[in-house]
Amino acid sequence: MKSIIFKTAAEYLLPLLILFSVFILLRGHYLPGGGFVGGLIASIAFVLYAFSHGLENTRQLLRIHPGFLMPLGLTLSLMSGLSPVLISGEPFMTGVWFPDPVPVIGSIGSALIFDIGVYLVVVGVSLTIIFTISENA
Amino acid sequence: MIQHIIILPIINQLFIAVLLMFFYGRAKAQRFITVVGSALNLLIAATLMHRVASEGIISMQAGNWDAPFGITLIADHLAAVLVLLTSISGFAVSLFSVRTIHVKRVNFGFFPIFHFLLAGLNGAFLTGDLFNLYVWFEIMIISSFVMITLGGRKAQIEGAVKYFTLNILASVIFLTAIGVLYGITGTLNMADLALKVPVIENRGTVHVTAILFLIGFGIKSAVFPLYFWLPASYHTPPAAVSAIFGGLLTKVGVYALIRVFTLIFIDDLFLERMLLGIAVLTIISGGMGALIKNDIRKIFSYFIICHIGFMIGGLGIMTQTAIAGAMFYLIHDIIVKTNIFMVAGLVKKLTGRQDTRLLGGLYSTHPLLSLLMMIPLFSLVGVPPLSGFWPKIWLFEAALDGGFYFTFAAILFGSFITLFVVAKMWKRVFWGKPLKPDSLGFALFDDEQPGAKFKFLLPIILLSVVSLYIGLGAEHIGNLSQTVAGELTNPQGYIEAVFGNVNLQPYED
Repeated sequence: MKSIIFKTAAEYLLPLLILFSVFILLRGHYLPGGGFVGGLIASIAFVLYAFSHGLENTRQLLRIHPGFLMPLGLTLSLMSGLSPVLISGEPFMTGVWFPDPVPVIGSIGSALIFDIGVYLVVVGVSLTIIFTISENA
Repeated sequence: MIQHIIILPIINQLFIAVLLMFFYGRAKAQRFITVVGSALNLLIAATLMHRVASEGIISMQAGNWDAPFGITLIADHLAAVLVLLTSISGFAVSLFSVRTIHVKRVNFGFFPIFHFLLAGLNGAFLTGDLFNLYVWFEIMIISSFVMITLGGRKAQIEGAVKYFTLNILASVIFLTAIGVLYGITGTLNMADLALKVPVIENRGTVHVTAILFLIGFGIKSAVFPLYFWLPASYHTPPAAVSAIFGGLLTKVGVYALIRVFTLIFIDDLFLERMLLGIAVLTIISGGMGALIKNDIRKIFSYFIICHIGFMIGGLGIMTQTAIAGAMFYLIHDIIVKTNIFMVAGLVKKLTGRQDTRLLGGLYSTHPLLSLLMMIPLFSLVGVPPLSGFWPKIWLFEAALDGGFYFTFAAILFGSFITLFVVAKMWKRVFWGKPLKPDSLGFALFDDEQPGAKFKFLLPIILLSVVSLYIGLGAEHIGNLSQTVAGELTNPQGYIEAVFGNVNLQPYED
């Protein structure tokens, strides 16, 4: 798309949307949000950028192939599920928490790591699908 | 003491799948990982089986949330045996796919999907929660959709559409049933349901829910009249895929039926009669289908349906002997069905053909190979002392004891049809004049190096040995089946394993 307004807006929207997606990811433990929605918002940011600046520029911006995010995210989630087994010998998927809460973010535990994993998988899957489709279009 | 071993079969498969995704596009590394990973899984499953056999039912509450609020994972003898059989079949098929799955399919992610499928199977067997069972079913069918369409030939897509439509329908019905059940009981933990469902006063709703489960699982396990998707799709993908589908996917449906109708919906006379009726019709229609088909894999597809009827029949009779017979048959069937689809692949590799009318003389050109292929084929028929023979004795005994003469006649009929069709196939494929092989763009078996030949045969030999063990060591398998049937007919132990030794009548008021 050639519109200069859209192009300029997309450049500013990209960091904003990614920031928003991280916000959604972090608030997801007690409030609506979480890794899945956050991941979708993050992929929207890149899709928007791909519309305005073309597929090649977006690929360069990402540096890695989005497909690589899928196993990465799955590993994170799997590890967060396994962490109670390895740390304290409790059953799979038990929540493990750091004792002191971090300012702004709050308590950090295995649930957050699981959500980050989901976030990465969602970004990876949706970008892989959309990039593949727009490549062939 | 928390039993972490119970989660390992699932975690290991997921881990292999993720690891394989890191090696996306590198076929050699993937082939290595899949074989090593499957071997590791075999080890884990054997350990789990050993632990269950020595310590009794093992259970674990995921996330440390007490039952019935969290997801329970539970391994009784039934689950442990099935997980072990899944890993045996999975190991064999993984060996088989190393030789037979084309590098293009590998590069489209065949192996990660294969291990996700196995993770789904293991999860379905080990879970003690109905909704979790649904989730594992979804993982399985999504993986199987990918496996059946991977490669994208026209016939494959056509088969996949039928497969997809009916399986999605089954999932929807299953999910509806779960919703209704949750509405009337307020729980989805299977052990909790076993306590709550029998005391519900509105029996009508319970019956309807039971029928919904029957239809949902019935489509998955391909019983009459819901089996049409199976012969329409199973002959289209590569042999390795048909092997794992034929060996395991329909059996998960049977497992779910066994679990639900021995634990949750019990003592329901209408349902038992219905199961028996379905079993009889399934055996007859499956057998008739096998009779008129000429494509090897289509014949085997109809055999799957026919033999599902044996197990459903055993479940319908509902006595301990009958369930033990069904269980023994299930053990035998998983190994043999996986093996015969690999045999079909071998026949294709030898001759380039799948149509029995265009085959012949394999015995005169490959006598030793024919003897090898004889083991799974004759085990399938149940020629004594091979593995299909013993469970039928128990099924006959149970049917005659209970006065279920139609079921008895149907099982007898199914056995004879199987014998007749396999004999016909033997005559056409192995006897007669040898025909010139018809290569369709792949290297024929005879042109391969000896090492490659051996790798191709190894999984078939492996499963044939397991089959022989099931037949010749029938005493061990028989004892095991009796233990399983004992646990299923008396679910007290299962419930106690989930809830601990609490008072088991808290819901009477």
